[in-house]
Amino acid sequence: MTQAEQERHFNDKIAREIKIEPNDWMPDEYRQTLVRQISQHAHSEIVGMLPEGNWITRAPNLRRKAVLLAKVQDEAGHGLYLYSAVETLGTDREQTIDDLHSGKAKYSSIFNYPALTWADIGAIGWLVDGAAIMNQVALCRTSYGPYARAMVKICKEESFHQRQGYESLIKLCNGTPQQKAMAQDAMNRFWWPALMMFGPSDADSTHSDQSIKWKIKRFTNDELRQSFVDATVPQAEILGLTIPDPNLKWNEERGHYDFSEINWDEFWQVVKGNGPCNKERLEARIKAKEDGLWVREAANAFAKKRALKKTA
Amino acid sequence: MSTSQWPLWEVFIRSKQGLNHKHVGSLRAPDATLALENARDVYTRRSEGISIWVVESAHIHATDIDEAASFFEPSDTKIYRHPTFYEVPDGVKHM
Amino acid sequence: MMQEAALFEYILRLSDDSLILGQRLGEWCGHGPILEEDIAITNIALDLIGQAISLYDFAATLEGQGRNHDQLAYLRYENEYKNALLVEQPNGDFAMTIVRQFFFDAFRLPLWEALMQSPIEQIAAIAAKSVKETRYHLKHSSEWVVRLGDGTEESHQRAQDAIDHLWRYTNELFYENAHDHSLHAAGLVPKLEIIQAKWNQTVKDILAEATLSVPAHNWKFEGGREGRHSEHMGYILSDLQYMQRAYPNMEW
Ligand SMILES: [Fe+2]
Ligand SMILES: [Fe+2]
Ligand SMILES: [Fe+2]
Repeated sequence: MTQAEQERHFNDKIAREIKIEPNDWMPDEYRQTLVRQISQHAHSEIVGMLPEGNWITRAPNLRRKAVLLAKVQDEAGHGLYLYSAVETLGTDREQTIDDLHSGKAKYSSIFNYPALTWADIGAIGWLVDGAAIMNQVALCRTSYGPYARAMVKICKEESFHQRQGYESLIKLCNGTPQQKAMAQDAMNRFWWPALMMFGPSDADSTHSDQSIKWKIKRFTNDELRQSFVDATVPQAEILGLTIPDPNLKWNEERGHYDFSEINWDEFWQVVKGNGPCNKERLEARIKAKEDGLWVREAANAFAKKRALKKTA
Repeated sequence: MSTSQWPLWEVFIRSKQGLNHKHVGSLRAPDATLALENARDVYTRRSEGISIWVVESAHIHATDIDEAASFFEPSDTKIYRHPTFYEVPDGVKHM
Repeated sequence: MMQEAALFEYILRLSDDSLILGQRLGEWCGHGPILEEDIAITNIALDLIGQAISLYDFAATLEGQGRNHDQLAYLRYENEYKNALLVEQPNGDFAMTIVRQFFFDAFRLPLWEALMQSPIEQIAAIAAKSVKETRYHLKHSSEWVVRLGDGTEESHQRAQDAIDHLWRYTNELFYENAHDHSLHAAGLVPKLEIIQAKWNQTVKDILAEATLSVPAHNWKFEGGREGRHSEHMGYILSDLQYMQRAYPNMEW
């Protein structure tokens, strides 16, 4: 087939909702977009383990400790599924991870905010996983097969993440005044960063159009952000927490909540590496990889020795 | 491959007795023993399986996508292999 | 009455071992040498926390003072924790964590196997569940001991250093006092000398396979079982108890 035929065939599959699979012909740019988006997503899962992981040793009771361990462990699994999806595109995991460590690849900027109190763990589950789920559910229908399959698996597992966060906040909001204040403080700090998780507004989003044409993305950043706000406001009301936005109000005509403009300066600062914890997060990931080097080498050396013994 | 990166393995899981092992994803492991253990921890945390197969990805042979037409399309015309090809009078039962 | 106190102490040792080791392993979450192993370590931590919950529940009923598993886990003073010194030792490098785990698993597996025969129903039930988990833990930790020992020169050295360092804490796993003797006499729990023989055999076999050596020194530390801990314990408890101490009498 000529290049033009290949391309026509590819576009036809996209139009007919037939998934693209690893060995299928695909435009270079489609491949690059996927590698960038999936690896960024994978890195977010892995870096996202750090702020919550900090609280495992301090979880206030044994049930919460087990739940948090299981939740953070799931995120490691999600990162792994996604790195595997990237591998099907011909980029191996080590390369993908090195791109994170060199600063070439990005991850969700939310994880550059610190988890300061136990209420933050609830807020992260509710708002951060909630925002992620909004995104991920849409991605279950993405056009690239391995990515879509990873997303289906991830979404199944995510469903407890948001619930455990919300449940934890219910406890705080029905608890003592200190607990309620702790919850409100977490809400104040995580609301805006959670809205930023959907990325730049559509007007400023460089990759959005083509991604939608290729059905990698099904909804724009602003559409998803709006859905998130609409879903979350009533949940905050049940908790009795105030959303830190004086302009938040139901718009009858649009059938959506109106909300203030995001502080895009802060958003771009954090994306560029100047958030409160960017440095610590990357350092922790680099350290884990470097400290683990001798372990991985040892296992490889052992496997080689045993293979030799077998053939000898 | 750098000296530290472990080989890639494909993971197949039998979710319950009576079903085939089904491909569920991949992971990295230095050898088959740890590949099985890693598969257990990565892919069966919610009781998704009762049996696991792992195979090093490098050992999988796949059909060539460019040959897909010659591999698979010839069978499309052999419609007589399907029961619906045959007409049976109304009233014939258990067939 | 005497026997209930003895049993309470016995169960606390089991639960404190599980809790403190689970707490230590939890520190690895997000920092493992590779994702797959990060997930594996967390799984072991989760099993241990689960064991701790069941054991504290049982201990609480034995005590009969209306305390629940969280109050036992979170609200005792340091000298009331009866875990072995081994499990509170810092994670160190991956070799230290694996060797600590291996020494512990090699002790815990035969112990659970024996406790499955206990005439005390609750203990036998907890043992029956835990034995499966621990069998897997021992498989995993032994396999890693072998890989590190017989891997590279560096990994061999690190594994040997970890063994040499942690060896001093292993004898305490087999600590017994007058309370234990009353439990033995009643046939409620196994004598630890039987467990120790099995531990010696497992350690000997696995270290041989790993080309590692059993330390010659016989330098032994004890104290954990009597509530005298190492300096590390206070830091563990300040993390563990932080929320319960800073926000007393609240529900989470
Ligand atoms: Fe996530
Ligand atoms: Fe996730
Ligand atoms: Fe999540």
